[in-house]
Amino acid sequence: MDTTPSKNAPLSETERVGPAAKEKSVFYRTSGRIATQLPPRGPEMAPLWPPKADIFMTIVFSAVVLTMPLWLQPFGAAYPDLMQRFAIFGIFAIGFNILFGLTGYLSFGHAAFLGVGSYAAVWSFKLFSLNIIPAIIMAVVIAGALAVAIGFVSLRRSGIYFSILTLAFAQMCYNLAYSVLTPITNGETGLRVLSDDPRIIDAIFGTNEVPVPRAELFGISMQGMPGFWTSAVFLIAAFVVALLITRSPFGMMLRGIKSNQVRMSYVGFNTRPYTLMAFVISGMYAGLAGGLLAVVDPLAGAERMQWTASGEVVLMTILGGAGTLLGPFLGAVLIKYFENIFSALGDTTLRSMLEFIPEGLRDTAIAIISPFVGDGWHLTLGVLFMLVVIFMPGGLIEGFRRIGRLFTGGGRKKENG
Amino acid sequence: MAVENAVLTVADVQKSFGGLRALSEIDLQIERGKTHAIIGPNGAGKSTLLNVCVGRIPPDEGAVVFKGQVITGKKPHEINQMGIARVFQTPEIFADLTVLQNVMVPAYAKRDGAVKFTLFHGMDKDTDIRLEAEQILMDLGLADKRHDDADSMSRGDKRRLELAMCLVQHPDLLLLDEPTAGMSRLDTNRTIDLLKSIKERGMTKVIIEHDMHVVFSLADKVSVLAQGRIIAEGTPDEVRANPKVQEAYLGGAH
Repeated sequence: MDTTPSKNAPLSETERVGPAAKEKSVFYRTSGRIATQLPPRGPEMAPLWPPKADIFMTIVFSAVVLTMPLWLQPFGAAYPDLMQRFAIFGIFAIGFNILFGLTGYLSFGHAAFLGVGSYAAVWSFKLFSLNIIPAIIMAVVIAGALAVAIGFVSLRRSGIYFSILTLAFAQMCYNLAYSVLTPITNGETGLRVLSDDPRIIDAIFGTNEVPVPRAELFGISMQGMPGFWTSAVFLIAAFVVALLITRSPFGMMLRGIKSNQVRMSYVGFNTRPYTLMAFVISGMYAGLAGGLLAVVDPLAGAERMQWTASGEVVLMTILGGAGTLLGPFLGAVLIKYFENIFSALGDTTLRSMLEFIPEGLRDTAIAIISPFVGDGWHLTLGVLFMLVVIFMPGGLIEGFRRIGRLFTGGGRKKENG
Repeated sequence: MAVENAVLTVADVQKSFGGLRALSEIDLQIERGKTHAIIGPNGAGKSTLLNVCVGRIPPDEGAVVFKGQVITGKKPHEINQMGIARVFQTPEIFADLTVLQNVMVPAYAKRDGAVKFTLFHGMDKDTDIRLEAEQILMDLGLADKRHDDADSMSRGDKRRLELAMCLVQHPDLLLLDEPTAGMSRLDTNRTIDLLKSIKERGMTKVIIEHDMHVVFSLADKVSVLAQGRIIAEGTPDEVRANPKVQEAYLGGAH
């Protein structure tokens, strides 16, 4: 009980009312839900987000994605196989971010949905048609259905227990693919499209006789660049959907759950359906990514479901910036770039790149750099990841924002990009 | 001692934690439109009682009835949807959201119910929610901070924000757990004025409070809790004059 005189002493009238008196009477509504006096409009009713900024961001993002064949040239990464991976794993990471960055649930088993998406797409190629549309639909639907089941069980727990549960489920899927489910997954050989598959829908149109079965979209083979363009279009669509979700009331509820789940239930929300929905949406994103992997290369193997693949998407999201819209894609590009380009950098290439260093010092420079490239690319990635987590917990996007703020001298206090 | 017009009735509630009797034979009636204070020394069971009322802790025995419906065993979000809002002892807000969003979230819960997925609908289209939230923020003097991160506010402002989050739902019953704890004298008095003005709107309130100044300024009725039992009940003056209360709780300070 507080009996200090200072707190209990009666106050003079001005003290009693305090600064609040300067504002309007504290409650001028008489009753009911209708405000008798509306708050001022104009700048006061400014939209929550500058809408033009979102449109601008979408246009810039689309431009960056569609011009990848140009601006990736100097980096030696402008070949279709790698660009496809950038786009596909970008989708994977953007979807993962809806669960992790927005809702605050760290799944360690998202690769399961990626793998299931791939298998579903390949089965669609085998059973129905080489057209990618049914394959993509099947990949998304089946991954979503699996996400409902896994999410329903895993979301009973949160924090580390949720992570462990998802990891357990994903490893279970991985091991089942190698053992019990071999009739569906074709075990270690991997599931592939064969020329004598039934392909019911193609058979109706009489197009099921092909010498080499390849995924196609109305006659356009998904080999090479068309595969990239398809993935790029899906990536842009995936980005726009994620943007809309982030800006919707649903997105705000997810952020509320991340921020304070107890409060969410005490303001009247049943949080479980929201978390499950977020889980299923991100599972469907992963299924789409898996389906696209099968589209660009009609082969599905269980290694896609291994826990390392689940960990990779976590790294991508954190590296780029969890909870941001652009970060996950950036992280995906960076990690896939390291995996494919940095890892291929041998001593000979390194030597030719360091021509400009005087002969005597060159060997020393190579000795220092070589552990970080080639087989040692994981070391570079590890160091980069540590630096980002320690100095920029908001990921690379936060780093860019800091740089941007240096130039604009402050700028908006809180961006939502 | 049946009270007519009771919004909330706590009937013979018992609760033990291990060997500790936290609440025994609690009977309480909260009258509509009134401010009911529950006071008592530390560890008397005040917060436990509030937690039983909002479904956070299930009672071992007894029932809580709200507007004629038994609410024991219901989940917190169901109880909120029936019309009970709660302010916590330490402010429970959405630290990562802006002040305005903090108030919009409960407004959505009130309008759309416990679950509604609106995935592809811009929040800016919900002007009714926005106006409602802006209005409450103006009422509580937080309007100029509406685009700040909630986490960046002072403790007193966080408490006011939490109150705004409850008021935006126009609850039938507002439960306040030490709404002035840790506040300066000026903030305490502002909160008292604020709570008085809510009373004028006919909202029923239950206040748990340590500060006698707050209790005697606001309460229509006071229940004194000690060692898990209600030892006295009545108007503030009656309670103050009760020798049993003075002995057990006030310690002769008043």
